Amino acid sequence: MSTPVTAHSVAEPSSRSKLIASLLVVTYAVITILPLLWIFLTGFKTPPDSIAYPPKVLFEPSVEGYVNLFTTRSRQTPEFLATLPPPQTWYERLVRSRNMVIGGPSKVVPRFVNSVVIGFGSTFLAVCFGTIAAYAFSRFRVPLADDLLFFILSTRMMPPIAVAIPIYLMFRHLGLTDTKLGMILLYTAVNVSLAVWLLKGFMDEIPREYEEAAMVDGYTRLQAFFKVVLPQATTGIAATAIFCLIFAWNEYAFAVLLTSGDAQTMPPFIPFIIGEGGQDWPAVAAATTIFFIPILCFTILLRRHLLRGITFGAVRK
Amino acid sequence: MNDRSQMSTLAERAVARTPRRLALRFGGMSDRAIAWLFITPSVLLLLAVNIFPLLWTIQLSFTNYRANRPNAVLRYVGLDNYRDILTDPEVWQAMQATAHFVLWSIALELILGFGLALLINRGFRGHSFWTTIILLPMMLSPAVVGNFWTFLLQPQIGLFNSGIALVTGVDPSSFQMIGDVRLAPWSIIMVDTWMWTPYVMLICLAGLRSIPDYIYEAAEVDRASPLRQFWSITLPMVMPFVMLAILFRAIENFKMFDMVNLLTSGGPGSTTEVASITLKREAFEKWRTGYSSALAIILFVTVFGAANIYVKALNRVKQR
Repeated sequence: MSTPVTAHSVAEPSSRSKLIASLLVVTYAVITILPLLWIFLTGFKTPPDSIAYPPKVLFEPSVEGYVNLFTTRSRQTPEFLATLPPPQTWYERLVRSRNMVIGGPSKVVPRFVNSVVIGFGSTFLAVCFGTIAAYAFSRFRVPLADDLLFFILSTRMMPPIAVAIPIYLMFRHLGLTDTKLGMILLYTAVNVSLAVWLLKGFMDEIPREYEEAAMVDGYTRLQAFFKVVLPQATTGIAATAIFCLIFAWNEYAFAVLLTSGDAQTMPPFIPFIIGEGGQDWPAVAAATTIFFIPILCFTILLRRHLLRGITFGAVRK
Repeated sequence: MNDRSQMSTLAERAVARTPRRLALRFGGMSDRAIAWLFITPSVLLLLAVNIFPLLWTIQLSFTNYRANRPNAVLRYVGLDNYRDILTDPEVWQAMQATAHFVLWSIALELILGFGLALLINRGFRGHSFWTTIILLPMMLSPAVVGNFWTFLLQPQIGLFNSGIALVTGVDPSSFQMIGDVRLAPWSIIMVDTWMWTPYVMLICLAGLRSIPDYIYEAAEVDRASPLRQFWSITLPMVMPFVMLAILFRAIENFKMFDMVNLLTSGGPGSTTEVASITLKREAFEKWRTGYSSALAIILFVTVFGAANIYVKALNRVKQR
């Protein structure tokens, strides 16, 4: 974490114990990161290299996995290939060398776009609703506030599969099955609980005196909220937004049960990237890598707020 | 402060564009009205997407409804679905598999996570870099994690078996993690531990850092041994945080679906069929909507009970 550990003035760990601790932690970190590195490397293998036995640590890098991810290909006979004009681009040559032709783009781009649209749409709504609700909970005496807050949190505790049945039926009635709008509404509802809890914590930390001073200056309550509290809460709102985005980005259970085509996101799509003769592991690894990059950036950005985000704001730094 | 001036010009523009009558109406709103206006959207959304479906599930759980035959006659069967579930050996087996998975993964995550937190808390050089690396698995999508672990756990081409072979010298093709009836539950426990140990570690670390130094200084003055300090200061002070981590992991693991569905999808046989996999099979493969609704209610009541304890634990940690 970014904050340094407060040094114990008396019980400061000895340098030898620090060395042992660092060695153990580094060992664990290396073991834990190894599977991810392996997936990253598999994305740059050729399909035969990826399923070689024993697994290849050293290999000639190739972008075939990425080419296979973004295109659909079909196997052809050498006779048929001979009748075709010579390949124009490097990726056509790459695919042709395996007796295949490119049939067109694969579905990966629309799926990725779905993830982005549904992720950002639901995040925006959840943060809007969450911000105003958190402000109300933080500043006003709301009757039954504790019960309402518990109700909001408890919706997050429901197993997604348990509410999936009626939501499926409801979406079927409303014509929302497999639509982006339906998924955005659903993810907004799931994320609103996190947004309220996190933002309430952030707003509690903004001194009330700021708005009171603004109101003494003649601002109304709403003006004070927009002009004083919101700007102060920007960091908290940004952190909350990223947590909501990560949830919508990673969600699988609702996505797999309620979408099949038009609104399908990346998590249910990645396992079904099939190549010639079974799973095309380099393409799957390539998709996984592309899918992970935003998460990696967010994790680094979020380091300071991570603890808050995963405990609903209960534990603070 | 740039953000701030931008925000206020934005707000000013919004205020200027608002029609005067509307501005007066909202501008003069009482605090209570604002509170309700601000809370209502969230609550309405949750009522529509969470509570309404829940009530519908309760209603369906007393019927023989099948979602793939919407026009069939709906018959109320009373508590029959609940009776069938509680006497179904398959459901009990699924519950056992779930309990096995929850208990072992939490035990392993706790040992590793607490240990790591203690080590990181020593504050060696570069600890923040390595902590960030350790935290990565937790941020990933469980479904995608489950999918790529099926690749890593392949008996011959996978990294895992080769790694074990390298360390122990056994033949990498002599055992199958996912295909073997005895090992399959352990492959789920292992992947879950890999993924969620950082979570437990982070919470324990927060607990360790919340202990004020002067307590250790006082103990040092009293000549308490390091072991004694650990048992009498560190452990009791960190305990609320540990309980929070346990409770949260238990709730999450109890309803775990994504990772298991992609890693083993309940197999081989039904050795890794946890409760939510059973639920998905009954609801979306066998289409026994009424029966699966009753199962959903049973699961929900269990998690809701835990959630209640969870919120109490949250408040206790918060008060410190």
